[in-house]
Formats: sequence, C-alpha cells, structure tokens
Amino acid sequence: MSYLSLTERDRDEMLAAIGVESIEELFRDIPPGVRFHGELDLEPPLSEPEIVTHLEELAGRNVHTGQEVSFLGAGVYDHYVPAVVDAVLQRGEFLTGYTPYQPEMSQGVLQAIFEYQTAICELTGMEVSNASGYDGTTVAADACYVAKHVTGRSRVVLAETLNPQVRQVVKTFAPGFGLEVVEVPHRDGVTDPDELAEAARDAACVIFQQPNFFGCLEPAPDLAAAATDAGALPVAHVDPVSLGVLEAPGAYGCAIAIGEGQAAGNYQSFGGPHYGFMAARSEYVRRMPGRIVGETTDVEGRRAYVLTLQTREQHIRREKATSNITTNQTLLALAGLVHLSWLGPQGLREQGETCMALAAYAKERLGLPLLFPDQATFKEFAIRVGRSAADAIRAARAQGIHPGYALRRDYPEMEDALLVCVTEKRTREDIDRLAEVLAA
Amino acid sequence: MKLIYERSQEGRRASSLPRTDLPVPEVPEELRRERPPRLPEIAEPELVRHFTRLTTRTFGVDTGFYPLGSCTMKHNPRVNERVVNLPGFRDLHPLQEEDGAQGALELMWRLQEILAEVAGLPAVSLQPAAGSQGELTGLLLMRAYFADRGEPDARRKIVIPDTAHGTNPASVTMAGYEVTPVQTDARGNIDVEDLRGKVDEHTAGLMLTNPSTLGLFDENIEEIAEIFHSAGALMYYDGANLNAVCGISRPGDMGFDIVHFNLHKTFSQPHGGGGPGGGPIAVRERLEPFLPVPAIVRDGDAFRLDYDRPKTIGKVRGFCGPFGVFVRSYAFIRSYGPGLREMSEVAVLNANYLLARLKDAYELPFERLCMHEFVLSARRLKREHGITALDVAKRLMDHDFHPPTIYFPLNVPEALMIEPTETEAKETLDDFVEAMLEIVRDAAERPELIKEAPHGRPVGRVDEVKAAKRAVVRYLFEDHPDLSAEPSRARELEAQKGA
Repeated sequence: MSYLSLTERDRDEMLAAIGVESIEELFRDIPPGVRFHGELDLEPPLSEPEIVTHLEELAGRNVHTGQEVSFLGAGVYDHYVPAVVDAVLQRGEFLTGYTPYQPEMSQGVLQAIFEYQTAICELTGMEVSNASGYDGTTVAADACYVAKHVTGRSRVVLAETLNPQVRQVVKTFAPGFGLEVVEVPHRDGVTDPDELAEAARDAACVIFQQPNFFGCLEPAPDLAAAATDAGALPVAHVDPVSLGVLEAPGAYGCAIAIGEGQAAGNYQSFGGPHYGFMAARSEYVRRMPGRIVGETTDVEGRRAYVLTLQTREQHIRREKATSNITTNQTLLALAGLVHLSWLGPQGLREQGETCMALAAYAKERLGLPLLFPDQATFKEFAIRVGRSAADAIRAARAQGIHPGYALRRDYPEMEDALLVCVTEKRTREDIDRLAEVLAA
Repeated sequence: MKLIYERSQEGRRASSLPRTDLPVPEVPEELRRERPPRLPEIAEPELVRHFTRLTTRTFGVDTGFYPLGSCTMKHNPRVNERVVNLPGFRDLHPLQEEDGAQGALELMWRLQEILAEVAGLPAVSLQPAAGSQGELTGLLLMRAYFADRGEPDARRKIVIPDTAHGTNPASVTMAGYEVTPVQTDARGNIDVEDLRGKVDEHTAGLMLTNPSTLGLFDENIEEIAEIFHSAGALMYYDGANLNAVCGISRPGDMGFDIVHFNLHKTFSQPHGGGGPGGGPIAVRERLEPFLPVPAIVRDGDAFRLDYDRPKTIGKVRGFCGPFGVFVRSYAFIRSYGPGLREMSEVAVLNANYLLARLKDAYELPFERLCMHEFVLSARRLKREHGITALDVAKRLMDHDFHPPTIYFPLNVPEALMIEPTETEAKETLDDFVEAMLEIVRDAAERPELIKEAPHGRPVGRVDEVKAAKRAVVRYLFEDHPDLSAEPSRARELEAQKGA
C-alpha cells in the first residue's frame, strides 16, 4: 500500500514537461559513488488491514492500565482523559497543520495556543508561558539555560527529590550549556531550606519539585525564598493536577514554573509524546525558549494572533538564539487546554481533592510503614514493603495489580520502597485489593 | 471570535469525575492554593463548539495543498491514528515492567532496524524529541567522542553552510561549540575551496542538509567527506530533507557519521499545528557507545532496555522518546516497505514538475534539476512591480493554498521555497501552477489586489510590530487591553516564515 496519487499517465506527462526520459534521470546530480543500488532490506509492504492486524498483535503483548489495576505513577499518570480531548485532537485542521507561520491561515491554532498560554499562566501564577516544550525533563534544561543567561552564573542546583529523569536530562545538557550541576540531598523525604540556601550561593537557579518525586510536599515557599536570597532563580517543577489545591509557584516567589503536562489531558502512551510547560515572570519573556503567541490587530483593526518575539528564535537569531526548539508539542498542549477547560477551576480542585482523599485512605488501609511518615503528601506516597520491592511488584502483578514503582531503580539505598500513586480513576475497592495483595 | 475565557460563566462546568465521601486531608496552610486559577467555566456543548470554530479558522494538509518548503507536509494516513489509539499502546505506562511491554519494545526495536537500513548506519537511538533535539544530541555525541579520544578542548568548530536551517547554528551554541560558516558556490553546492581553508585540527565536524535547503544534492559530497575525515572530524546529516533520497542515496554511504530523522516529515507523524515531532539519530559504530540510554536491545525472542552503557551521554528526554510518534511512523513505513524508494522518487518528480512549469515566470537562482523541493526568487516581481515574496504568499491564500516557506534560505533574495511532497495529485500541482502564474499576471495588471491580499480570511495582514511591542501573550481578564483601539497597520517583518 502507498499514499501516492500519480497514475502512469500522469508520470509520463510530467516527465515530458520536465524534459527528461525517466525518473532515474532526475537523480543525475547524485554522484554514482554515493548512489544506493538495489532494494532497501525492509519487509514487504502491508495492506491497511494487515497493518492493523500486525499492530494489534504488538499492542496485545503489552499490559496496559485497563488490564492491570495500576498504582504506577512516578512522572506519568493514569488520570482520566475526557472524550472531548479525543474529539478535538482528531480534527484534521489541528492534526495536520504545522507551526502557524502565516497568521491569516492559522488564526484557530494561534488562538488556541494563546488560550493555552493563558491557562498555564493561571495554573502557575506566572505572567508568560511559551507554546510548549518537549516534556517535563527538557523544560528543566531550558530553565537552566534561561537562568544562566539571566544571572550570568554557571552553576545550577537540583533538589535530589526532583524526578531522577529530569535530573539526568539536565546533566546531559549541562556540559554543552557550560553549566555545573550540584544536587542537594533530601532530609527525610524533603529538601532542607538551609541546605538549599548554602548550595544556592553563586548559583544561576535552583530547581525543586512540588509535590516532589516521593510524593511529599516540599516547604516550597521556604525553598523559593532561600534561592532568591542567594540571588538564584527559584524554579518549581509542578504537577498540573495538584494546582487546584496546592499554591501556585508564582504566588510563593518563583521566577520560573515548569512541569510535565501529561497528567492534564494526555494518555500515558509509554512515555510520549506529551508536553512540557514553561512559564515565567514577564521580566524573562525575552529569554524564553520556544514559540510564543501574542495578540495584535490586523490591517482593519480586528483582533488577531501571531507568533511573536521571534527575535529570540533560531530562524531569526541563529547561533544567538535563546534555544534551538522549532517543532514543539502543540497538539499535546492543545489537549491540555481542552482538558483544563473541561475541568474548569472547580473540577480541577475536586480532582485534586479526590486524589488526596483516596491516597490518604490507601496510606491507612495498606497498613505498611511509610518511608517518610512525617511528610504531607498529595497523590503519591512511598511505603516500605519489607522485602524487595521488585518481588512485591512481581507478586502483585500476578494478581492483576500493578502496585507502584520500585524506588530502588533510582535510589539504590531504598531496597524495599514502593512509590504508590492513586488517581481519581482508582476506587476504594481497588485500594482494598491492593492492601490484600501487598499483605499476602 | 471570542476567547474561551470570554465565554466563561461562573458556575458552569463540563467535567464529571468520580467523587468520594472519604475525608480530604488538610493541605498545610502555607502550601494551600489561595486564589483558584481562572480556567474557563464552560459546559460541554459550548466547549465543543468553541474548538470546532477554531478548526474552521485553521488550515491543515487535510484542508488543502501545503507546500511549506523543508517541512514535508504530506498526507497523514488515518490508519496510523487508529493503531496509535490501541489501548495496548495508548494506555501503556512507560515504567511498566519489561515483560508487560514486549510489544512496545519490539516495535521500537523494529523501527531502529528500519532507520538503520534507511540511513546506512548501524546504531540508532529513538530518544530525541524532534529534529533540533536530534542535532543537539548529535553534537553532544561529538563532544563525548572527542573527549573519549583525549582531545576534548582541541576541537571547537562546527562548519555550517550559509543555507542551513537556523536550528543548526542554534544547536551548535547550545552544545558549547562555535560556528564556522562556509559559502555556497555558483551551482548551489558547498564552496569546496572556501571549505578547505576552514577545516583543520580544531574542527569537530560538519552539519549539512543534503539535499540542501535549496533542494539541491551536493555534487561534491565525496570530496567534502574526504576533507572532514582526513582532518579527523565528524559529519552530521540534518535529515530534514531525507524525503528526497530514501532508498536512493543513504547518508551513511555519503560519509556521514551521525544522522537525524524527522519522523514528522519523512515518516508522516502529523505535524499537529507545530508538533509533536520525533528526531531519532543513527550513528556509525564508533559513536554507538555514547548514544543516550536506555538502548533497546533484543535478547533472543525478548526485548529489553539496556542502561549499562558506561560512555553514554545520558538521557535527552524522558523515558524512551515520543512513543506514539514511533507507532505512527512504523505503521507508515510498513505500508511502503522497500517502496520507500518510490515515495522519494515521486516526491522528486512532483517537485521537478512544479519547477519546470514555474521557472520561467519566476527566477530560478540555480539552473539545475531539483530534488524534493526547490527555491524560486520573486526578485523580478519586486523590481518590476513592487510585489514581494510575502505578497505572493498572501495572494496564494486567496487561491486556497497554504503559502510556501518564504525568505529562506537566506542567500536567495525574495525566496519562495516550495515542497509539494509525493502525496499530491497532478491536478493539485496544476492548480497551484495556475495560481502562481496568475499572480505573475496580476502583478503587472492589478498589483494592489496582491498587496492587499489575502481577501476573505478571518483576518487580513497583521501588525507584527504591535504584537512584539505590546507583548500581550495571555488573556488578562478585566485588565485585558483593547488593542483595536490603538492604530493598526500591516507591519509584517520580511522574515523567514516556514522551514
């Protein structure tokens, strides 16, 4: 099967118009030494139903969250995605357009991005948002790059309670950015503001996560203040689902708020594509990476939207750009906008409260020691299962339950620790079953 | 049209989620949200209508011809949307145990094998999120490679031709390297004489798009490869234009050491209004140890993630990359099989047909056959009638076509960069030619019509200067300014639009 439209007759007419004898002749500029001769060693073409059958077979060898009762979180979450999200994303105009370079052709998607930027600013308490970054890891690296240029400093401080993958990605890009990375260890599951203040001296920025990777609530206002006092930009990595009940980073003095958007409107999809969000105080707008849509008017004075502040960007500024990002995650960010519009402020708060209530019930009901018993949590918490967490996971999965994430994968000293996530999709009965399975 | 926030009414909502009668724990006061976010309050019927109305003000490949050069706006098969939404893919958690993700791992492993074959290079990482992240990843591989050879500081320079995408120099800076520009010669190739003087023991590598953004295959590619490799430097292939050469010429065979693919261009991941994309990279053996982790490997009949790569540069994004993009691209490639070659042949045929029919009416800066795209100049229209590339682009909208990329590449004045892709029918190409020729006639006879275009779109030409000056980048509710009360002019920057 192919998706070509030319008939044999079309091809002949077109070759004649070009003035060549054959398609082969069109490639005459390619030196013979670098031509590929023969056929690509790929499997034969499949018809449409064969593709479906083949992909169904592959999909069938995965165990998805509709098949196991899942308490797995750790950065990607099984929250409900409303049907309107699917409906909007399958509209061909959104699905198959590209970056809205020509505003007259793309007012719809430009307005949608403007509305998305507004939603992210409202969630985070910030004044400017970009049109999206790749995911919750790369926006952290972006924030470091912004902070380096804003402060002229070249050290970044990461809380050890920041998602390990986020830290890994920052470390990957740090040498190219000319940054040194320092990590601040956790104390009983959270970050100590005094220790952070010490590390933040001469730092460009400090990144912490709220709720943190262990699910614990950080003393976020104190952490932000510690960074600010040291002249470092405070950066909060936040879960959008929490922002109906937890304070917005802008309200406690953060310079930049970032996060993984997946929990708001994207399916788990084995880790992507999702969207990373990035918002900041307006003073940093000209250092922001990525696309930004602004409002203006057209020649007749009508309201219009357009990609703006482009002198930051690679296609104008080239090696002096604030980042190299071009293709971003617009469609996933659009899903986020639809999702947040569906929720509304009341729905977002209720969702957060439901997660918290169910998670609190689970903490109680599981009856296992908490890894950090003194800390308040949101939708995730860490327990000690009294044996290897990997064994506990294996045993539970045999009963049709995925009990969570083995923290040992990132924190080798936490041999028996399991990170349990409870979303609004889980029920009391699910939690009761989890308790039974873990007790067995 | 109103913003969704302007349709909002307090007390309305669309959502219904499960509630529980369990007690909700108190959030410590200093961490509790004080003022709720002003998200839209809207019921589902109006929610659906709002976004549907936005779609009617948006143009996609599904709407019509979209020859945006260097972006490869081809048809996006709907079967790919069906398979990506299979629950086994869509609802799969990325930290699921490997025995519960064998299908996903196998799909990624198979895609790696396919991309290796198309690139002519043995090792692949699917992880980078988009082409420009593939670039940055490739440059970090170069850094790691030279550091491993004990020459980390000696090599600082990356050679980039003046026709390159802006991402190339931007990525170079982000990788901590420096740009060495090289010129284009009279035939549109890299100027080899200029190049010779610029490659030495301080050169880390080359970044090249081939065919270039002029749509021309570099005829001296073998000589160029020789220059870099004899200086001990590496060659990076920007795969933005790979749609021209699948099964026809492989980057690995051209001498490139690192290649990125744009899955959203060549392999039909829908562009989504700006993304998502996918930017896998393929590399030569000697660079494999430095690839991002995890690697996806096959052990007999089983597939697993391998983190045991001591020389890895690390991770460049979360998990294994944009998996949904992999599913669509894999399905797309399986529909062609070795017929990917025909895909590229027809892409090149379509482009040359348009070129043949348009080159006399516009100016062709390099008198050659093109590959999958070509660049015309509207310089003559500007000189004779005051009609710019921007005007041509706007007038094409009146003919229901999306404009091509304009003002890029930078070395062609009044550039119009046209890429039809392989999926367009001859009738569509003929209609586009007629529109382009009519614009040339109108330029002479009724230029005002063109200068005032577009006519009948939701908005006319916009005031870009006002947008940048006022920087209104979110809705401000009761404080929102009325920009229409301020004077408005069509002030569009003659800046690159597209690519």
